[in-house]
Amino acid sequence: MEIPKSFLGYKRENGRAGTRNHVIILPVDDISNACAEAVANNIKGTIALPHSYGRLQFGADLELHFRTMIGTGCNPNVAAVIVIGIEPKWTKKIVDGIAKTGKPVEGFHIERTGDIGTVMKASKKAQEFVMWASEKQREECPISDLWISVKCGESDTTSGLASNPTVGNLMDKLEPLGVHLCFGETSELTGAEKVCATRGATKEASDKFMKTWSAYNDFILKEATDDLSESQPTAGNIAGGLTTIEEKAFGNFQKIGNCKFVDVLEPAEEPKKGKGLYFMDTSSAAAECVTLQAAAGFNIHLFPTGQGNIVGNPIEPVVKLTANPLTVKGMGEHIDCDVSKILSREMNLSEAGDKLIETTLRVANGRLTCAEALGHKEFVMTKLYRSA
Amino acid sequence: MATDIIIHDEKDNVGVVVIEKITPKQDCKCWIMENDTSKDIQSADEIPLGHKIAMVDLKEGDTILKYGHDIGKVVKSIKKGEHVHVHNVKTKKW
Repeated sequence: MEIPKSFLGYKRENGRAGTRNHVIILPVDDISNACAEAVANNIKGTIALPHSYGRLQFGADLELHFRTMIGTGCNPNVAAVIVIGIEPKWTKKIVDGIAKTGKPVEGFHIERTGDIGTVMKASKKAQEFVMWASEKQREECPISDLWISVKCGESDTTSGLASNPTVGNLMDKLEPLGVHLCFGETSELTGAEKVCATRGATKEASDKFMKTWSAYNDFILKEATDDLSESQPTAGNIAGGLTTIEEKAFGNFQKIGNCKFVDVLEPAEEPKKGKGLYFMDTSSAAAECVTLQAAAGFNIHLFPTGQGNIVGNPIEPVVKLTANPLTVKGMGEHIDCDVSKILSREMNLSEAGDKLIETTLRVANGRLTCAEALGHKEFVMTKLYRSA
Repeated sequence: MATDIIIHDEKDNVGVVVIEKITPKQDCKCWIMENDTSKDIQSADEIPLGHKIAMVDLKEGDTILKYGHDIGKVVKSIKKGEHVHVHNVKTKKW
């Protein structure tokens, strides 16, 4: 298949391109959710991103909170941002971080004004932003403007056999075209960590990966009250035939094809070393991982599933694929790309990779994903430890 | 060509059922992806889609190989053609 050299995206002030054109209402903290949701309810075409944290966090955990908030606002799938927090200082910090992209952003704090006054002021600005954004047109953008993140979920053995290798095939074909790529799931590489480390593009990248994985494993050994057999693999994984974390890890690892990763990212950290594949230190919980990847600037997500994970994200479209024919039959409304014919040998891996590239570009050009059509907007902050 | 079981790597001692289920004493066709060869096996158990079948006799302490790699240890002996899963295989991690 001749791979198209461009897609239709929204060009942003900082040179990035978006596959979507959202105006988001971003609460800084949990207690500002009500206000943010009220604004999104008032002004059609905007979307609120409620979440559970943002108060009394400190240290690395607070830094991650800010990085995720600012990164979400900076994502090129977002045209403009309203930030609402209880206090002025943290609200301003997030506004200033997002403003560096050059996109319209304005902050509101609730203290001394109350919800109703804040909703009124923020709604007026949100209306202005959404009407401005509605005139943005899709333009031809080079395929290298795609930043593709990947994560699998509700995996079973068909994931390792077919849907994950399909993503790997796509990576092998798109990497030479200059796209950014990202995989994560530190926990779910356990058992395959040594093999994964050999895929660092440099010794530095390999060492950084092993350091990240070891830190995670030490944490598990310290906190675990059992052998994690209730959590990894999950009940869904086991029902699908996966027996051990090692088996899951080697299946998971198929997603990167033959690519080598150029760097290891902190959660929600934006890649800085140019095109190519990055590993990000993330949880393997679907919504947490995708939220972090979106905050790092990735503008389209590929999600292979076995038993049928249904996750979505408010700003980064999540494209689902599966090779499990029972999942296609039972919950087809969640599947954007069916590669189950690999199992019956009616389709080879390269054909499946082409089919996924085609689906990915259609979604990049504007076709809604199943998760978008079904209203999945899971926005889940990663929290590193207890608040003060 | 239709296949009932897929094996990732030539070294693997388990295969994955890729039809809705296989029934006891079913003669199954296996496809080894790595070198694109075929072999046959008779099943001993009913095994659903996505679950593993033992390609050889395995005894307690043996290592299960899939993708050509170690994915866990046998904790209860398994005969060729039997279902391989959490009841007879455990992780070596954690």
